[in-house]
Amino acid sequence: MASSSISNAEANTNQPRETKFEKLTKRGRENQAKEVTKMEKTRWTSDAEQQNYSVKLVEALSQRSHGNSSPAAEVSHVAVRETADRLLAVAAKGRTRWSRSIVMSRLRLKLNPNKHKKQKKPKVAGDMRSKKPVAVAKKIPAVERKVRLLGRLVPGCRKLSFPNLLGEATDYIAALEMQVRAMTVLSGLLTGTESLAPQFDPLGSGRS
Amino acid sequence: MSSRRSRQSSGSSAASSRISDDQIISLVSRLQQLLPEIRNTRSSKVSASKVLQETCNYIRNLNKEVDDLSDRLSQLLATIDSDSAEAAIIRSLIMQ
Repeated sequence: MASSSISNAEANTNQPRETKFEKLTKRGRENQAKEVTKMEKTRWTSDAEQQNYSVKLVEALSQRSHGNSSPAAEVSHVAVRETADRLLAVAAKGRTRWSRSIVMSRLRLKLNPNKHKKQKKPKVAGDMRSKKPVAVAKKIPAVERKVRLLGRLVPGCRKLSFPNLLGEATDYIAALEMQVRAMTVLSGLLTGTESLAPQFDPLGSGRS
Repeated sequence: MSSRRSRQSSGSSAASSRISDDQIISLVSRLQQLLPEIRNTRSSKVSASKVLQETCNYIRNLNKEVDDLSDRLSQLLATIDSDSAEAAIIRSLIMQ
C-alpha cells in the first residue's frame, strides 16, 4: 500500500501541479498559521486562562502573607503588583518578548541584588543629549516619537522593529486587560467574603 | 510563534523596505480593534499616529488600573490572611 502511494506521488511530481504531499503540507502550514493567529487573538480572552491566572495569583499571594511571621502581616502593594506581573509574564509561556523581558529582569535582580541599574544608564543618555544640537533634535517626526514612546512602554521592546513592536504591543494590551479583569474579580470576591467574615463560621474552628 | 519568526527572518534579511505596507496596515488595524477609544468612534480614516497615541495612552491607563487594583488587593489581603480556609473558599469561588 505504501509503495503504491509513493509511486503515485513520484508520478505527479513530473507534472506542474502541486503534489498531494505538497498540498497537504502547505495546507497544514496555513492552517497552523491560522490557528496560531487565532490562538494569539483569543488566548488572553478565554475564561479558562483568566481563571487559571486568578487561582495562581491567590495562591501566590496567600503563600506570601502566610510566610510572614508577624500576625499583622501586610502584603505591600508593590509586592502584589510584582507578583501579578510575574505570573502574567509566566502565563505567556515565553512566546512574547515582553513576557521574556519581565521574567529575565526579575531573575537578574534576584541574582545580583547589589547591582543598581541606575549606575549604567545616565552616562550614555547624557552624552547623546549633549552632542545633538537642539534644532536637529526637534526634527524627529511625531510618528517616530510616538513609536519610541510605545517602545519604552512595552517592557523589553525598545529596539524592536516597527512591525514586531506593534505585534508585541497588541499582545501586551490583551494580557493587561486580562490582568485587570482577573484582579477586579478577585477584589470583588475578597470584598464579598470580608463582609461575610464576622458571621462566617469556618469549618475548622466551630463555635457551637 | 514559529510563523512569526519565519516572517521576521524573511523581512529582515532583505532591505528594510521589504517590510510590506500591507503587513503594517494589518498590524495597525489589529491594534486599532483592541483600543476602546477608536472602536467607539468608528471611522475608517484613523491615522496611524492617532492609533499609536491611543495605544500609548491605553497602556498607561491599564498599568495605572493594575496599580490601583494591586493596592486594593494588598489592603484586602491583610484582613483575610489569618485563615487559610478562606483562601480555599476563594479558590473554589473563582473556579466556578
